[in-house]
Amino acid sequence: MKLIFEKSVPGRKMTLLPACDVETVELPAGLRRASAPALPELSETDLSRHYTELNQHVHGVNCGFYPLGSCTMKYNPRIDEEMAALPGFTGIHPLAPASATEGCREVLDTAKQYLCEVFGMDACTFQPAAGAHGEFTGVLLIKQYHLSRGDTKRTKIIVPDSAHGTNPATAHMCGYDVVNIPSAPDGCVDLEALKAVLGDDTAGLMLTNPNTVGIFDENILEITRLVHEAGGLCYYDGANLNAVMGVVRPGDMGFDCIHSNLHKTFATPHGGGGPGACAVGCKAHLAQFLPQSALMDGEGHIQVRSFAGNFLVVVRALTYLMTLGREGIPEAAQNAVLNANYLMQKIKGTFAPAFDRICMHEFVLDLSEFKKQTGVSALDVAKTLIDYGMHPPTMYFPLIVHEALMLEPTETESRETLDWAADVFRQLFDLAHQDPAYMHSAPHNAQIGRPDEVRATRTPVVRWVKA
Amino acid sequence: MGSYVPSTPAERQEMLKAIGLSDYRQLYRDVPESMYLEHPLDIPAGMSEMEVGRAVSAMAAKNRVFPVILRGAGAYDHYIPSIVKYIPAKEEFLTAYTPYQAEISQGILQSIFEYQTMICELTGMDVSNASVYDGATAAAEAAAMCRDRKRRVTLISAAAHPDTINTVRTYCFGTNDELRVVPAKDGKTDLEALKQLLTDDVASVYIQQPNFNGLFEDAEAIGQAAHAAGAMFVMGCNPIALAIMKTPAACGADVAVGEAQPLGMPISYGGPYLGYMATTTKYMRKLPGRIVGQTVDDKGNRAYVLALQAREQHIRREKASSNICSNEALCALTASVYMAAMGPGGMAEAATQSMSKAHYLAKGLCSIPGISMKYDGAYFHEFVVEMPRADEALQALEDAGILGGLPVEGGVLWCATEKVSKADLDRAIAIVKEVCTK
Repeated sequence: MKLIFEKSVPGRKMTLLPACDVETVELPAGLRRASAPALPELSETDLSRHYTELNQHVHGVNCGFYPLGSCTMKYNPRIDEEMAALPGFTGIHPLAPASATEGCREVLDTAKQYLCEVFGMDACTFQPAAGAHGEFTGVLLIKQYHLSRGDTKRTKIIVPDSAHGTNPATAHMCGYDVVNIPSAPDGCVDLEALKAVLGDDTAGLMLTNPNTVGIFDENILEITRLVHEAGGLCYYDGANLNAVMGVVRPGDMGFDCIHSNLHKTFATPHGGGGPGACAVGCKAHLAQFLPQSALMDGEGHIQVRSFAGNFLVVVRALTYLMTLGREGIPEAAQNAVLNANYLMQKIKGTFAPAFDRICMHEFVLDLSEFKKQTGVSALDVAKTLIDYGMHPPTMYFPLIVHEALMLEPTETESRETLDWAADVFRQLFDLAHQDPAYMHSAPHNAQIGRPDEVRATRTPVVRWVKA
Repeated sequence: MGSYVPSTPAERQEMLKAIGLSDYRQLYRDVPESMYLEHPLDIPAGMSEMEVGRAVSAMAAKNRVFPVILRGAGAYDHYIPSIVKYIPAKEEFLTAYTPYQAEISQGILQSIFEYQTMICELTGMDVSNASVYDGATAAAEAAAMCRDRKRRVTLISAAAHPDTINTVRTYCFGTNDELRVVPAKDGKTDLEALKQLLTDDVASVYIQQPNFNGLFEDAEAIGQAAHAAGAMFVMGCNPIALAIMKTPAACGADVAVGEAQPLGMPISYGGPYLGYMATTTKYMRKLPGRIVGQTVDDKGNRAYVLALQAREQHIRREKASSNICSNEALCALTASVYMAAMGPGGMAEAATQSMSKAHYLAKGLCSIPGISMKYDGAYFHEFVVEMPRADEALQALEDAGILGGLPVEGGVLWCATEKVSKADLDRAIAIVKEVCTK
């Protein structure tokens, strides 16, 4: 595909603005740029076709099965988009007077009320723009809590080794030393390992439950009790909330605060990597530490981005929450779990689940034996899936399983799709035994073959330059 | 209730049976009895699409959309070309995730590569990342990337956006690093005060261009002062202004960041917005966030991938200086389509018209007895005036469908873009005149 710059024709343009109807004011000479930026010059036809071509080389949830574990690639309802595009939302200035923004506040307040109920928490903010950003916000709540009590000796955050990579990075950004604890073989918290590191220097624990291998930690009440007993607080990484929403609440598990990705659990689109939005909920004892906007709300609080967050994403999530309501929310969770178990059951006998037991909304396949027998890696399987029209699962995560493929089908896939996916996996299992070379060089029918990633990093070319 | 689960009740029973279970409770057998929710959530029942459409639309209807907006302060109401709304709404762009699998994500990867190139063109910098959350977090990420073991202190101008200052302050609170706010003098960064604050532990100096008061800073002098003290220089620039304004690269900036909402994103009560972030080749490997690079595939064809990932949190875990793992890809796409639709000429036209209209408004307002410019100096499309009866005047404007300037310390901060016509401005000036000379 040509780059947009390679389609540019000097002098070509669209007619967008009227002539200036006031006297033109020029920048003082010393403030002017030396030459115009070399942005593309195109007609509207050129532009439309260029991006349509790009769009044709993207696999979205609307294109087909997208079982990317840990990312909850559920269907994104169109009505949510329609609501987010209402001029009554898009045309509102964040600093407009309160009398003009009643509807925006109703959106935020209603969404907070719904989510506090789902979380089992007392208060909530939507200022963070993504999951990792929500983690940062949540751990800063913990930090402020301890400091407000003059408790300055708590310098450590405990993170299991099965955690998402963002957890330790977040704790580091919040000035904490990270204490990694080994997980039990099933990815659950090893209670003895936890006890061994708890102490009066423990600021808190960051935990995902269900954990990153898709298993609900049955010791959760004991875990949070132990952390509280040591004076620490418990942070719930809500990346896997889709398995349990409306069925069990993080607040009832003993967590003090939570982040939840609206772009996963609450069906807002991922947009090729954003914008997402994140709700951070907390119990009453942390509510006073939630972030605010200096300009909208006044100084004196932490703040993690400008204004009130990704408001239009909250509109989408609220539309989804109101659609599902009190029965639909647990129904979605239950069917996410059912679909995962059903698919795992159907794949069993070929690729081996890392943990052969009832899973939550996702499961991990362990391909280490398979690789020994066939020489075909998890990467090879993932790349071959592309030729079958399936987005590959998450690869090589969690780190505690070798040759991992992590599948999260979500509740919005039909039984036929799951049957088809299981059939594709069975075919690939057989193919690996018959023609491993074919899989080593897959994909064969995609727009490109495997890219040279080493070259991209060793000799980076990160912008277009005119030849 | 509404539902997006395709399977029928009969299918679900068969699926349960296929895994050897008879009901959903058995799926949650690891969940202790004491916390399993026996009662439904205390929220309303679900709704059909038609009902929810009405209910949410009713909320939107409780807001008031002002046909004329003369308020900026970090959210700018520029004209958005029609095509800019349609391209990012295409379902594939909309519903895909981060392009981990390059073979089926070339469209997104190429669009980000193009975005990176456009940001480099606009800023004059060598390398851009795939975007960050917004302008305030871009400033905070820039401060973090400038710190090293010895130099930990961040300086930020008091004339930057209050939300940017507070966000950078919060990130510094996180890492236990010091933030010093450089005082403003006559609405601009006080260069002499800055020099006093530039000790040998300062990592970076951040200024906003044009600043929160709309004024142009003497960026080169500030950059020289920062560099003379061994600190890095970070500029947060309005991207529309950059179409005509001296680039951060030309001003000596090491990192250029900013709020890219003006590039085709509606004001939307504050988000989603877009943080852009670019640097020099020297600091490329310190730049946080995703970066797309060009490479070749196994047949030698040009291809794009996520590059330089060794910098990132999923590799470095607790050694990472940033936890950011997503970007604002759809907003970056929006900005790209905007820049491509406007082209260099259209961008410059939007910038010049915004500036011209702001000057027309300022002149009109200052012709009213009792109203005067608070600060001297060149300004772009925002300015602060001192005016009597500001609250009354703003109310009168609101009654006429005009969102007036923002009350700030010691005055009112006004903004004009190419979207407002001379007639709108004349009407606004007349209303203010009537209130203030009554």
